[in-house]
Amino acid sequence: MPEHTVKAFDEDITRLRGLIAEMGGLAEVAIEEAMRALVTGDEDLAEAVVARDKRLDALEAEVDTMAIRIIALRAPMADDLREIIAALKIGGVVERIGDYAKNIAKRVGEIEDRKRFEPLTLIPAMAEVAAEMVHDVLTAFAARDPVLAREVIDKDEKVDAFYDSIFRNLVSYMVENPATISSAAQLLFVARNIERIGDHATNVAEMVHFAALGTLPPDR
Amino acid sequence: MVTNAPPKMCTRDVSVWYGEKKAVDAVSIDIPAEFVTAFIGPSGCGKSTFLRVLNRMNDTIPSARVEGCIELDGDDIYASRMDVVQLRARVGMVFQKPNPFPKSIYENVAYGPRIHGLAEGKVELDAIVEQSLRRAGLWDEVKDRLADSGTALSGGQQQRLCIARAIAVQPEVILMDEPCSALDPIATAKIEELIDELRGRYAIVIVTHSMQQAARVSQRTAFFHLGKMVEYGETSQIFTNPREVRTKDYITGRYG
Amino acid sequence: MNDAPSPTRTAAFEARLKKRYSAERRFKAFGLGAIGLSIAVLVFLLVSMTVNGIGGFQRVTVEVPIDFTKVGLTMPAGVSDRPAIVRALGDQGLPQVVEFGAEQALGSAAARELNSDAWRQVAEAIADDPVLLRGRGEFTLPTTNDLAAAYVEDRPGELGDVARRLAAEGKLERSFDWGFLTRSDATDPQQVGIWSALKGSMLTMLVTLLLAFPIGVLAALYLEEYAPKNRWTDVIEVSINNLAAVPSIIFGLLGLGVFLTLFPYMRSAPLIGGMTLALMTMPVIVIAGRNAIKAVPPSIRDGAMALGASPVQVVFHHVLPLALPGILTGTIIGMARALGETAPLLMIGMRAFIATPPDGFTDPATVLPVQIFLWSDEIDRGFVERTSAAIIVLLVFLLVMNGLAIYLRNRFEKTW
Repeated sequence: MPEHTVKAFDEDITRLRGLIAEMGGLAEVAIEEAMRALVTGDEDLAEAVVARDKRLDALEAEVDTMAIRIIALRAPMADDLREIIAALKIGGVVERIGDYAKNIAKRVGEIEDRKRFEPLTLIPAMAEVAAEMVHDVLTAFAARDPVLAREVIDKDEKVDAFYDSIFRNLVSYMVENPATISSAAQLLFVARNIERIGDHATNVAEMVHFAALGTLPPDR
Repeated sequence: MVTNAPPKMCTRDVSVWYGEKKAVDAVSIDIPAEFVTAFIGPSGCGKSTFLRVLNRMNDTIPSARVEGCIELDGDDIYASRMDVVQLRARVGMVFQKPNPFPKSIYENVAYGPRIHGLAEGKVELDAIVEQSLRRAGLWDEVKDRLADSGTALSGGQQQRLCIARAIAVQPEVILMDEPCSALDPIATAKIEELIDELRGRYAIVIVTHSMQQAARVSQRTAFFHLGKMVEYGETSQIFTNPREVRTKDYITGRYG
Repeated sequence: MNDAPSPTRTAAFEARLKKRYSAERRFKAFGLGAIGLSIAVLVFLLVSMTVNGIGGFQRVTVEVPIDFTKVGLTMPAGVSDRPAIVRALGDQGLPQVVEFGAEQALGSAAARELNSDAWRQVAEAIADDPVLLRGRGEFTLPTTNDLAAAYVEDRPGELGDVARRLAAEGKLERSFDWGFLTRSDATDPQQVGIWSALKGSMLTMLVTLLLAFPIGVLAALYLEEYAPKNRWTDVIEVSINNLAAVPSIIFGLLGLGVFLTLFPYMRSAPLIGGMTLALMTMPVIVIAGRNAIKAVPPSIRDGAMALGASPVQVVFHHVLPLALPGILTGTIIGMARALGETAPLLMIGMRAFIATPPDGFTDPATVLPVQIFLWSDEIDRGFVERTSAAIIVLLVFLLVMNGLAIYLRNRFEKTW
């Protein structure tokens, strides 16, 4: 794609995309560390995840400001306009993904006696798929690749499948071991958060598709 | 914004030569009656030349040659049956630099109806002048000084006077060739508002260098490039999701 | 690039700047000098003309009392036009009556020096007011040219003494002569007048204007607005430019060859003179007209055409009014030149001795420049002053004509 005649316009867009990429990286790390903290019971790590979420919030504010500035000063049209609007919305969504990771980290202290939980092995696998989705969708945004975005949307099925099976698993476990209900409930919330992360990654994928092609992906 | 009304003017494979140089290349486009159509494109792309074809103003240039079919309400405007003077009364034009006649404001607006005999008597002529000035949004500013010279007005007022002058002959189509390029932003905004008010009563075609203006003012937009018409469609579609790469490059500022 | 001082702040630049300013001052000085020289020449011309010519507006007269009561002259019956009345009174013996009256009042020596046509003046006064015949009257009558010359030049000798004596008695004086402007050409400088030449000039100029202006303007409009731009129009343009530079005497030859063969009985007529001068003036109007029309901005034409004005309407409602000031300027220049032309009119024979003013366009006439030329040929000293006076009349006529045209031009001046 040729460059803009006004080079500063290109610089602005590049900076905006850089912010989104930075947010994406932070969100991925947050998910990964939250899971590690959950599995190993490392409460210090969990605290670190919670603290680092502030950075994500600050970045989202920066994305807002920058996007508004570009719209006011550059009057973007066509794909530039779609990309800026997509970046604006993606910033909000990635911030929410970060919030879910923070939420998972907060629950780490509430779970007792984790070694006994069989479902605990499933959850990291689910989180890995969700994290892959986040990684892929941000790659798709950087590359303006609608095909990759479609693949991310398709992967959400897996995350949903994971969630169903973990849910059934935990419920039957809770029925058999009523003493573990509070910890198991926490795990339910964790699984729910990961499922939400997957949904949000799907939202981002739709916006990437729209920015690239001007339409939402079919069979929504 | 789907409409089933027939187009006010339609052109098929229109080409224009200035001597040996081809300025417009096989342009086919329909001008709808109820919308504002904008022509955009870089300098020298043929949009102004094509506009002037629509009211045969190219006839005044000896080296100009026009080919193709141009119809107004189904009648070929280059047919020998069609009277050029009558055509120009039905298809009016407003120019880039405001060009009021060096006469009084009243005379400027009254000239057209007078030469075409549209008014019987002074009372009727007065009424036409007042109505045209009202429709052009100028009446309140000049009603007490109709005898003042038209050239004593400000730039924006002069352009609205030229629009009133064009309206006075009750045209069906109004062609505007970059009407705001010589005006300041406030005068420009007033003219754009005026165009919005005139929409529906007249078919309006506006050539503009400013994409923002085309986006604000029109419902249909045509993008011209090197004499060809590259893309034509609903304005909101052209500016949010154009089909052609050349269109996209131009409107996003990647052209040149 | 921020280190070096900007090139316009160096000493070398300031030296060059000084030179540029001194060039400005030199140019202004030249301009003022040129204007000053022109004004000086103009002032010299006006002053010398006035000094020489003021005498031409005066003539030497004597007071002659005439008593009609004892003479028995009567108004002729059944006659109403002046020349017939004058003739009838002459037949009755009015000249002798006048001479007798002069002898009584001034002495026989002076009475001999009464102008031979003085009695006609008395006759015309009687024709205007027959009551005079019943009483006495005091008449201011012109002297002969010899007495007048003796008085003005202060010659010694008998005539000079007579003149000085009468002047001392208050019976002879040199006074302002309005009649100069109402009388026609004569052989006697005391009797000569400029009116027939003035009227001839007016009629000729009228013919010239009525022919050259419409033809010139319409030709300019056609050439600029309608004619296709091809070889033929280029040839026409070159021809018209050359015509404007042709010496005026050639037009005289043309007039002689063409107009006089067509109308051989109108040799000295303003009609022929006017036609010849019109041929000469038309190219000037066409050239000025074309430039004025070219200067009308195309945006006005576009605006009118876009409203549906036909080509003729565009030209006559818009282009012509805006081009009119320029056209009028060209007309002024052309007409001023035509007013002062002598050579072509001499060639077509407008050099006759015209004693009565022309009644119409086909009567024999002469024009001011030709009259001046003819009088300048005369030997008599009296004519020298009259010639200068005629030049003043010509200049005044020119000023009035130009003033009228400039007034009209300013009336039509419009800004666009």
